[in-house]
Amino acid sequence: MDTMRERFTAVTSRLLDEEPRLAVVLAEIGTDGFAEAARRHPDRVLNVGIREQLLVGVGGGLALAGMRPVLHTFASFLVERPFEQVKLDLGHQDAGAVLVSAYGSYDWPAGGYTHMSPGDIALLDTLDGWTVHVPGHPDEAATLLRHAVAAGDDKVYVRLSQQANAAGRPVDGAGFLTVREGRAGVVVAVGPLLDDVLAATEGLDVTVLYATTVRPFDAAALRAAVGPGPADVVLVEPYLAGTSTAYANDALADVPHRVLGLGTARGELRRYGTVPEHLRAHGLDPASLRERIAAFTGAEAGTRAGTRVAA
Amino acid sequence: MTTTTAVRQRPHAGYDDLPRLMGLMTGDEKHGPAATSTLDALWVLYDRVLRVTPETAGAPDRDRFLLSKGHGPMAYYAVLAAKGFLPAGWLPGFGGYDSPLGHHPDRTLLPGVEIGSGSLGHGLPLAVGTALGLRARGLYGRPSQDPRVWVLVGDAELDEGSNHEAVAYAGATGLDSLHTLVIDNSSASHALPGGIAARFEAAGWSTATVDGRDHEALYAACTTPHPGRARAVIARVEPAYN
Repeated sequence: MDTMRERFTAVTSRLLDEEPRLAVVLAEIGTDGFAEAARRHPDRVLNVGIREQLLVGVGGGLALAGMRPVLHTFASFLVERPFEQVKLDLGHQDAGAVLVSAYGSYDWPAGGYTHMSPGDIALLDTLDGWTVHVPGHPDEAATLLRHAVAAGDDKVYVRLSQQANAAGRPVDGAGFLTVREGRAGVVVAVGPLLDDVLAATEGLDVTVLYATTVRPFDAAALRAAVGPGPADVVLVEPYLAGTSTAYANDALADVPHRVLGLGTARGELRRYGTVPEHLRAHGLDPASLRERIAAFTGAEAGTRAGTRVAA
Repeated sequence: MTTTTAVRQRPHAGYDDLPRLMGLMTGDEKHGPAATSTLDALWVLYDRVLRVTPETAGAPDRDRFLLSKGHGPMAYYAVLAAKGFLPAGWLPGFGGYDSPLGHHPDRTLLPGVEIGSGSLGHGLPLAVGTALGLRARGLYGRPSQDPRVWVLVGDAELDEGSNHEAVAYAGATGLDSLHTLVIDNSSASHALPGGIAARFEAAGWSTATVDGRDHEALYAACTTPHPGRARAVIARVEPAYN
């Protein structure tokens, strides 16, 4: 299976042929994949060098000139380093862009903390009007990228991951999908963590919602899944634990409820290694998730599920 | 070019009216050019260089002027009012809750204003992107109408790293539709070694340094051809005082 980043390159290269407003701006990272597209569209595939503030500023200027810019680099350098450019050169100018990141929170553990951005979504949450897609499979990434590019002049963030679920699902760029139904609680699994959540909740009497478009937060879907309450809700996110807790609380303001936010820890891990090792360290592997979800919701675990998790 | 429409709308609005217009904002009727570093450069641009009028302020192939140095925008607002982009009647509300005229401009509130600015170091990167976008839209090829992008920055503002990124990129790629007007009132705490023009020249720009109060010198520097190179005009004015 190709990676989400490879799919991004392929899909966006095709969209450049189809959509004359589209422009891709890179800051050295990802240029190899766009070499052919750059030959075909030299004015619309731009590499500004290792200049991430300029990357976002150029995106704002392109939008002001009537283009639909797609900006790509690692999340740390796309959202965190040039954050004021994201705030002012896009938001304050009322200019749109599609930001496409890679590496996320723990995709390259051997690269260390300099290439991790577990706070990117929380940071964008301080700004107004951003749509955020977190695909869980390359097919979903392709679908959500097409939605993002076609979204007028909206501000859209697409967070690509190395981690992926085994199969893609029919995502629509808007709402959550109901993957499993149960009575003891509602678990919201974001993007590439769905398979781990499904493994963790095997045999537990819980509803599982699958979220690939996390902003705007699909309050209606969560509200419907909860019913009249009282409700126990667990959010499982591949970025800072609790990033979406406030959104879930707002969605359930009129229902007695408790929310548990699971995700990456705030403390810097200072470990290299592999993705599975980091997922375990953050308590996001199936066994840890099962323990925490069952304890919080009080859902009973069956033996079949226990076997599955142990495997 | 002259903005004939603006002249129709405000038959007497000329350079000599600017102190009066600025006085509507500050209450200081004696506001002279020395009180603002950008006034003469802005006037020369809007009076003789920029191909944009209130009627063409939304045209795809208009020239763009981006005020990056967004603090102290009274001279900018006065010039825009003199040229008919803004009603002079808006000026007395300067900074008020119901006024679209802030102490930093907001493009979404003001006709003819291309960017919201105030935080330093954003205008030049936005100008680079705008120039790239106009090129990508295929708006070039008719030299008499090729849209040009101008951005006005301050000398101290050039300290911002984002500007260094933009200067280096525009120089290296020969972005000749891009023009930077630097108002040099010696306000940088740690001035660029060799002067401002040297910084741009080292990056591959075409440059000129002129007296920022000399309208003919400004006009000549702003209209000098510079094929294949971005252009920087450094307008020297009296040192800043605080």
